[in-house]
Amino acid sequence: MSNYDKWDWDTSKKKVADLSAWKEKFPYIEELRVSHDGEKIAAIVKNEDMEFTVCIQSEGNDPETWENSYDKAWNLQFTPDDRLAALVSDAGEWKVSTDDETWENGYDFIWNMKFNSNGNIAVSAQKELLYSVVNNDTPWENEFSRLTDMVISPDGEKTAAVVESVPVLESEIFKFRQGCYSIAVNGETWDKNFMNIWNPCFSDDSNHIAVSVRTSYYDYYIAIDGETWDKSFSSVWEPRFSPSIYSVTAPVKRGGKWYLAKDGEIFWDRPYFQLWQQFYSPDGTKIAAIVAPEFGKWTMALDNNPWEIRFSEYLSDPLFSPDGNGVACLFKDKGKWGVAVDGKAWDCLFDMVWQPVFSNNGSHLAVKFKKDGFYHIALNGNIIDEKYDDLANPIFSPDNSSILVRGLQGSSYNRKVIKI
Amino acid sequence: MHNFYYFATGPLAWIAFLVFIGGSIWRFRELLELAKRKDSIVFEYMDTKFALRSIVHWLIPFGSRSMKINPTMTVVTFLFHICLFLTPLFVFGHVILWKENFNISWFTLPNAVADLMTLIVIASCLFFLWRRIKLPDVKYLTTPLDFIILFIVATPFVSGFWAYHQFPGFATMTIIHIISGEIMLMAIPFTKLFHMFLFPFTRGYIGSEFGGVRMAKDW
Amino acid sequence: MSEYKSVKEIEKDPKKNESKKIEDQGILKGLEQLTPEKIEIVINQVINDETGARLKVYVDTCVHCGMCSKGCHFFLSLNDPKFSPAGKVKQTLWEILRKKGKVSTEFIKDAATVAYTQCNLCKRCAMYCPFGLDVAYVMSVMRRICHKLGVVPLYIQDTAHSHSATMNQMWVKDDEWIDTLMWQEEEAQEAIENLRIPLDKEGADIFYSVIGPEPKFRAQLIFQAAVIMNAAHENWTMPSMPGWDNSDMCMFTGDYEMMERLKRRHFESALNLRAKRIVMGECGHAFRSVYDVGNRALAWKMPPIEVVHAIEYYNELFEQKKIKIKKKFDRPVTLHDPCNISRGRGLHEMARNIVKATCAEFIEMTPNREHNYCCSAGGGVINCGPPFKNARVESGKAKAKQLFAAKAKGAEVVIAPCHNCHGGLEDIIHHYGVDMELKFFGDIIYEILELPEL
Repeated sequence: MSNYDKWDWDTSKKKVADLSAWKEKFPYIEELRVSHDGEKIAAIVKNEDMEFTVCIQSEGNDPETWENSYDKAWNLQFTPDDRLAALVSDAGEWKVSTDDETWENGYDFIWNMKFNSNGNIAVSAQKELLYSVVNNDTPWENEFSRLTDMVISPDGEKTAAVVESVPVLESEIFKFRQGCYSIAVNGETWDKNFMNIWNPCFSDDSNHIAVSVRTSYYDYYIAIDGETWDKSFSSVWEPRFSPSIYSVTAPVKRGGKWYLAKDGEIFWDRPYFQLWQQFYSPDGTKIAAIVAPEFGKWTMALDNNPWEIRFSEYLSDPLFSPDGNGVACLFKDKGKWGVAVDGKAWDCLFDMVWQPVFSNNGSHLAVKFKKDGFYHIALNGNIIDEKYDDLANPIFSPDNSSILVRGLQGSSYNRKVIKI
Repeated sequence: MHNFYYFATGPLAWIAFLVFIGGSIWRFRELLELAKRKDSIVFEYMDTKFALRSIVHWLIPFGSRSMKINPTMTVVTFLFHICLFLTPLFVFGHVILWKENFNISWFTLPNAVADLMTLIVIASCLFFLWRRIKLPDVKYLTTPLDFIILFIVATPFVSGFWAYHQFPGFATMTIIHIISGEIMLMAIPFTKLFHMFLFPFTRGYIGSEFGGVRMAKDW
Repeated sequence: MSEYKSVKEIEKDPKKNESKKIEDQGILKGLEQLTPEKIEIVINQVINDETGARLKVYVDTCVHCGMCSKGCHFFLSLNDPKFSPAGKVKQTLWEILRKKGKVSTEFIKDAATVAYTQCNLCKRCAMYCPFGLDVAYVMSVMRRICHKLGVVPLYIQDTAHSHSATMNQMWVKDDEWIDTLMWQEEEAQEAIENLRIPLDKEGADIFYSVIGPEPKFRAQLIFQAAVIMNAAHENWTMPSMPGWDNSDMCMFTGDYEMMERLKRRHFESALNLRAKRIVMGECGHAFRSVYDVGNRALAWKMPPIEVVHAIEYYNELFEQKKIKIKKKFDRPVTLHDPCNISRGRGLHEMARNIVKATCAEFIEMTPNREHNYCCSAGGGVINCGPPFKNARVESGKAKAKQLFAAKAKGAEVVIAPCHNCHGGLEDIIHHYGVDMELKFFGDIIYEILELPEL
């Protein structure tokens, strides 16, 4: 989120748009998108010629559509630097359009639009049945017969994807077993092939890539930059790099139970029925993961110590506070959703809840949630503000004193700054 | 002969009961340990209500479709199992032994009834034997051990009937009766005869799965 | 070519199940890479590390009574003891346990054939065994061994590979999936103006997922579902990225690690979009995998998000009067209860409610509901492909008789709310000359649906 500290944190309420004007104007409106700073609202619409375009509105202005319209537009998103990007097609040719300007290069299809934090844009692309990745309008030099799981590096300079490095036909099961897949980084493949590759993940410095691979039906490894760990496991989940040092952790399965492994060795020696989504504190000193210490009972483990509390259905969106002292996640228990922080569940339960957000100093936690058909914000376990018909995720101000609420009430979209 | 009789009704009887009870407990513990260690998930799905629902349906004659489409087998199986359990427990000759040795006694079956029940067990065994030889699908599954088990089960009843009616050689038959009964007891924990103890668990488990997860009947 | 004209002709058929030579390259070439030592190691690893009291009790408790025989449509169709459920255990795990894994490659060849192609894992026999012994579980253990040995029929192994590389069953590439949805959306706009198949919509009430063959071969089903969802004014979505396929052949080959990966992706797809529940198309095995098997493998006692089969969903549409029909479907119908959703989830009464709501005349097949015969295609058997097709169709003789009987009472259309059942029944109907039309509930509802005024 660029210029985050320069956003308007003073105006308590702005009415940015009245959508009833949109509804009069357009016969067709897709899901609304709100910019990170809350100043703009946009959606894919059909104009009077029944062509796809994007409508956008900011405070004090009338709704405006892009000058260009298309046979089809989809995947509209605000980039981290608040430009508006969409995938558009004209006469069968697909391009990325940002703020109504399309890329030079067109393709037979593009999808999986990814951003790095600066707003670099990458997409997977197909042209004449060959596949590659396009990063900021620059396509890879090499093309492949199959490509999936594309990722963009934190610095935005690199893109990587799982590619079919040895073309294999359907039904060639014995050839498949010998390994026909590799990782391509900026179009260059590793010199090793594997039977399967999943979960490519860049290191924070963008210099390394870790993946899960299998070399046979029962030999699963973590591979980093093409080299596998020494030992195989009966299964593995996604690898993650430490943010501070060159080290990789991954959940690994052995003897029917899951452990956390670090750099090839079992690191958390306690067996779990499930373990995944490990994540590091910002300084890299602590690791937490979602675990099931007993069958069907879920919780968070911090440095291999599971919380005492258990949830029956699901745990998701775990995160450390920016100072690394707090851990939070969402849970689902007996059909209801909730928020748990440092081993304790908030009292209030929801019909649905979105990614929790810590304040920069780690002392507040806010979530967007849905209950009885309306959206609300909860701060530290208490509902704040009014109810909304739609809502974007809350954002804390840089000085932790306020929350930015971007919400739709009836047909009016408002941007609010609420003092904590 | 007399010494052997006293051995069979004395030490061997104790041994038989000990092996039967001890062996059964051992088998159970072993399975339970194994289940806890390697199938712990099974316990998660066990549900008393649905387990009982299933067991009850399968303990009622013709309570399942399977029994309805195999009527002869159903009638024979129910009669066989009822007689197999009740006859040795309530036949006068056995109850009197409990009275003599431990001074405890209970209801006894009229002799004619006990006779009839014994004959039902024997006839059932013959029916099972016939199935094992004549029905292709049963024959295909049958192993020599299945015949031995059938023999182990039938012998105490044949010999008991023989001894009670004092047919020629009944003294020897009495000893055969006692020993074969004891063999049967001892065989229970270590052969497929143990199925009687496993029934509630296997039935209960599938009943729980069908009732609790699959929301369907299993009968 | 129709081979029979009636039930009687089937009865008179002198052809018995002569043992057929296995021509499957997945099995034959897989065997070439095996040694007795490797077989023994793999078997004992699976038996010791992955099975326990359940397998032991199942094998120890079976008293060889043969009551399960009539529970199996293979046995009923072929009348060969080798095809009784316990007979199949005899040819697989009894022998393996007795010999402690010291079995020959020849044995593995036959055992793989039995486990993959002569059992639909339909669990009907568990309802005929007095002890409720689950032969499908035992066959799954055998399949697990074969998977680890690399002796799996070629066609189904290929779909399992597709799952691993693409997260879908049919080698559908990421772009082909999205393109298909956009194409179907456009087609369906002919029926309802501005109809949408909303991609990746956060917070929808319904995350709609389908099986790989839908975009590949039966895209009109997505079109129909879109029309129904729009007619019912649902807040729904479909994902643009892998995770959209709820099917799972890895569950059937014995590749449980891949099954776990597939199910995780599918559940997370829906949960990351904050969907309230997953509604699935008319597929049986996918439902089994999402509702029963896959979630357990991932340590969820029940699915982490409500999973709703199309039958349950359609029933809800009629109960809550969310859609209206123009008129009832007027040809006499009969209903095939797919194993995985009747015996697997008790949806048979809801299926009948939908029939009542949509069709003028309904003729029951017997036996029905939990006791209905499998189509012989389930459990991955049809996915083993052409080398086993003839054998599969022969084992559907009991089903053919059932169909003939329903036809004799006037039924013209068979409703089968499951993809595999469609494949299996189609072959049976064709082979035995039953001459009935097959439909999904979606086909019927789409046909009689009153489209909303705009």
